[in-house]
Amino acid sequence: MAGGGRPSVAEPRGLIFPAWVYYTVFFLAPLTIIVAYAFAHREGFFEITFGLTTENFVELWDPLYLKIYGNTLVMAAGGTLGCLLIGYPFAYWLATRVRSHRTLLLLLVIVPFWTSILIRTYAWQLILSPRGPLSSVLQALQVIANPLGVLNTSKAVLIGVIYDYLPLMIFPLYVSIERMDRRLVEASRDLGAGRWRTFRRITLPLTMPGILTGCLLVFVPMTGEYVVPTILGGAKGALFGPIVAGAFLDALNYPFGAAMALVMVVFLLAAIFLYLRVMGRRTERGLGAAL
Amino acid sequence: MSRVAVRRAGRSIGAARAPGPLIPRIPAAERLTEVALRGVGVFVYAVFYAPIVVVIVYAFNDSRLVEVWRGFGLSWWGQTWADESIRSALTLSLWTAAANAVLATVLGTAAAIGLRNVGRRTRTGFDLVMYMTLIVPEIVIAIASLLFFVTIGLPLGPVAIIITHAVFNTSVVALICRARLAGMDRTLEEASADLGATRWVTFREVTFPQLLPAVLAGGLLAFTFSFDDVVLSTFVSAPGSTTLPIRVFSELRFGLSPKANVVATSMLAITLTAILAAQILLRRSGQQILPAEAPT
Repeated sequence: MAGGGRPSVAEPRGLIFPAWVYYTVFFLAPLTIIVAYAFAHREGFFEITFGLTTENFVELWDPLYLKIYGNTLVMAAGGTLGCLLIGYPFAYWLATRVRSHRTLLLLLVIVPFWTSILIRTYAWQLILSPRGPLSSVLQALQVIANPLGVLNTSKAVLIGVIYDYLPLMIFPLYVSIERMDRRLVEASRDLGAGRWRTFRRITLPLTMPGILTGCLLVFVPMTGEYVVPTILGGAKGALFGPIVAGAFLDALNYPFGAAMALVMVVFLLAAIFLYLRVMGRRTERGLGAAL
Repeated sequence: MSRVAVRRAGRSIGAARAPGPLIPRIPAAERLTEVALRGVGVFVYAVFYAPIVVVIVYAFNDSRLVEVWRGFGLSWWGQTWADESIRSALTLSLWTAAANAVLATVLGTAAAIGLRNVGRRTRTGFDLVMYMTLIVPEIVIAIASLLFFVTIGLPLGPVAIIITHAVFNTSVVALICRARLAGMDRTLEEASADLGATRWVTFREVTFPQLLPAVLAGGLLAFTFSFDDVVLSTFVSAPGSTTLPIRVFSELRFGLSPKANVVATSMLAITLTAILAAQILLRRSGQQILPAEAPT
């Protein structure tokens, strides 16, 4: 294409080959194997015959498991809402009010996220324990009369997931608020709209892509969360993640566990599909409104 | 409540005094919003870091009960690291994380370099799989890997841990290297080629030195993700191969443990050092380790 004998500076394209093979063998193939196991039949304890039985899914359609799905969805929805209610004003503050050291402050948001989820969750086990620091302080201040009874309840799980996933919500929100054309807000105020109305009619729609992305990024992993409920949730209110893990690690019922994992994957795909649909419509309408 | 009322009063006085002062009066509601926004900012940072500080402080608690503060002491440090099983868990964690980092760095760096020379179709396909490795919940990858290893007969244990961790980490390294390559000035490479250097010499002398900080930073992050990981490791480890996070996790299932504070603090120290080093490396070349960089 370029003229004459220009020497090429391009490295060999084949360099992507090793990673491509690696993904295929150790990521795509394993994901496919989940499907094979989900339709397999288990004989006795270790005998597995592959086939096309739906017995694992029938077993999943049990009031007991339906209740677990319900619990999990309620927890994930609550956690997502919590992240949004804390993350939005925070991201708004960071994007519109902070003038200096913004990069450093952003970095400070991501650092906790990059430390072990196990340790961050453990920290809350310590903080929320009945004789722990928070309980002692609250009792000393006479806010509560008895030791804190939050640990090993669904409240503790909610606190844990909100804490662990908040950075994932903040980042897309920050990006969308930062990129928003703030002159539109000024225009709305100048034309006499109140603060609340301006927020609802201008800021909120314009930052909706960030909200949707944040909710997707937070909601999906919450539905499969395993570490947080195991450490903070105690035995009450069983959730999907620990149950799936139990099928593999304790019961060693691989086909049944695989069926549950497959349900999770289908749910994930549905969430992404829905997200893309809504996003596509949003950006079109958003553009239309802006023009 | 009363403060708002005072401010309102102040505003009406100000409004009456026409023409107004040079500094425009800020309505009370506006000021309240400002205060609230800043409050949220401070609150979020406090909540982010308080738990981490609590874990570190309580690691130096001189009490037999983990959660009851009895004063400063190092007794748990000695007891924790005298525990042979914890020491061997640390060793296993360190070397599997390092091996995973090397593997992921080689695969990810090569992929990032190859990706800038492939057609759009290939790149889109590769990107799709790469982002999938990042968005699929960890527990699903853990289950898939377990089933895969059991099916093909690869024994669970350190090797399985390294392989599984490197999937996600290859993507991390590739993304960081790609961001660096995208920000690089290609004219230097063209000049090198124009002056008669071969493709390999150009790569070795011009491209790679510029890419190196990103390679190292990617490797460091791959190390920390592996070192901290508990979900993937729990699924693909064998009874003999307990990493440090698995060890802590199995203890915490049954409640608090003072040794966990010490191990957690040590892990935090290692992780934070690696993240800091990665950030310093990237900053020198004008990059950040922020995920905002990834075109999500």
